[in-house]
Amino acid sequence: MFNESIKMAIDGMISNKLRTLLTLLGIIIGVGAVIAMVSLGFGVKEQIKDNISRLGSNLLIVQSGGRTATGARIQAGSGARLTDEDAKAIEKNIDGIKYVAPMVSRGYQLVVGNQNWTTNVQGSTPNIIDIRDYTVEEGRNINDHDMAGKDRVCVIGKTIVENLFPDGDPVGKTIRINKAPFKVVGVLGAKGQSSGGQDQDDVVFVPLTTAMNRMMGITYVNNITIQAMNENVIDSVQAEVENLLRIRHRIKNSDDDDFSVRNLAALMDTMMSTANTITMLLGCIAAISLLVGGIGIMNIMLVSVTERTREIGIRKALGATYNNILLQFLIESAVIGIIGGFLGVVLGIGASYAISTFAEWKTVISVPIIIISVVFSVGIGVFFGIYPARKAALLDPIEALRYE
Amino acid sequence: MADVIVLEDIVKQFIMGDTILQALDHVNFSVEEGDFIAIMGPSGSGKSTMMNILGCLDRPTSGRYYLDGKEVAGLSDDELARTRNAKIGFVFQNFNLLSKITALQNVALPLVYAGVPEEERLERARIALRDVGLEDRVDHKPNELSGGQRQRVAIARALVNNPAIVMADEPTGNLDTKSSYEIMEIFKKLNAMGKTIVMVTHEPDIGQQTKRILVMRDGHLNSDERLVHDYVQ
Repeated sequence: MFNESIKMAIDGMISNKLRTLLTLLGIIIGVGAVIAMVSLGFGVKEQIKDNISRLGSNLLIVQSGGRTATGARIQAGSGARLTDEDAKAIEKNIDGIKYVAPMVSRGYQLVVGNQNWTTNVQGSTPNIIDIRDYTVEEGRNINDHDMAGKDRVCVIGKTIVENLFPDGDPVGKTIRINKAPFKVVGVLGAKGQSSGGQDQDDVVFVPLTTAMNRMMGITYVNNITIQAMNENVIDSVQAEVENLLRIRHRIKNSDDDDFSVRNLAALMDTMMSTANTITMLLGCIAAISLLVGGIGIMNIMLVSVTERTREIGIRKALGATYNNILLQFLIESAVIGIIGGFLGVVLGIGASYAISTFAEWKTVISVPIIIISVVFSVGIGVFFGIYPARKAALLDPIEALRYE
Repeated sequence: MADVIVLEDIVKQFIMGDTILQALDHVNFSVEEGDFIAIMGPSGSGKSTMMNILGCLDRPTSGRYYLDGKEVAGLSDDELARTRNAKIGFVFQNFNLLSKITALQNVALPLVYAGVPEEERLERARIALRDVGLEDRVDHKPNELSGGQRQRVAIARALVNNPAIVMADEPTGNLDTKSSYEIMEIFKKLNAMGKTIVMVTHEPDIGQQTKRILVMRDGHLNSDERLVHDYVQ
């Protein structure tokens, strides 16, 4: 009987091709939209996760700034309160830290021969290369010997190489930074753009000591980057760093910090929850179109029941029971749900690929979402089929046979 | 011979607004197995209601109806459906075939609801179509057949599950005279083979070809006349 009902349902669908197609289209577009939109949302999430973890999700960045004694706030990163000694104290006194890198930076013009380029020159300790997840592709990194000697050496990114050394092979050559000659000792591997759209290859690193004493003539640092052992200890490290700096800077309990600590893990959480909200929103909008598709099924099934009143009467006269008729119509709407669901999956996956190919947005196709939307579309088919099917099954055979 | 239909004190009322319409008013009669009956009467006499009740499409308001020895007056909708499926073959005035499926599938339809496997269904449907002389039309759809052929398909469908009675509601009403007589010949042949047939008609010349004529008027059985034909030997 069940097989018969499936056969009857499919025969019914085939004999009304255009109507079936239009009904299917509602479900196909609904399911396709859900899958494509959620894939897009997951893609955004994945992208953010990638970018931040490349940046380092276990990073803390300490900047000077915050409220001063006069009550006027100064720009973060300026002010003279954060020192190299602070960095050394942090490294010495706090557990759970992998690297500490104090840093100064300022914009300078770089000149090689008749080429010039202006960028931010960053003075830091050698470990900044590891913290920022760079690799040294040619030559060597800055070393402790350079630091101790305040040597005029630098490590440069690919963008600098392209602009100042069009012929390539920069290692061993000299760049004039603010007119002083610096020897290029290493070239960094390409990293591309950051999530904020910055060119991460447009970088010049020099030894911290060289930058502070010989270039900028300052005794403070702009910020201190701290890399914790792992993401789990980052909150405790942050608390200890804040505590240590308050003591070192002799800040009274009633006063605000004269520094601020940015936590990239917290930033990641915020951005993740934003991405989740976006995914939810996209999914919900798509789900509404699936619901509309379901209402389309109900509409068509109601028309179909009215149109086939006489057929139902004949079937009942020949011995079809309530359940026989109910099953016939329910299977018909469920079959629309199943076929629509599967075609929708194909459309959704296709659309996801199209989005990542043509719009170059990352998409992540989620298998659970595919399963959920197919189950949901079959459910919608059955749910919206119940009312019309019941209506058909409850028809009085005498009335139905008389129906013109 | 055993009575295949026994009606005892059947009443059927329809409530129309605040008036009660007595469509069948204490009707009693019985039909022997192998009989061929015409129910006649003017419109409004209750013969359609009688047909619906005899065909288990409707329930009497009161009274008892024994079909093939079993009381069916108080059955539920689904039980009535199963009874129709097992015991009754219908032939309608306007054929009532499903237009989208072939003659063979139409004939096999009652067997679907009887739970007969597909192969056996089609085999039995083929035999039924052969019995009405349509073995060369099995794969035609109803709209590819003439009126007389369609009615023969309907008769094959009525016979396919070997019912206790065949109910024919104005089976010749939509047919020309020649086709009408062909259909009547088939009914006579079936009756000669032992089928019990109850036919509603308002055409006297059709009624005259049966063995017994019941005339209804205002919900009552007005006359009950047995005919003697030379074709019954």
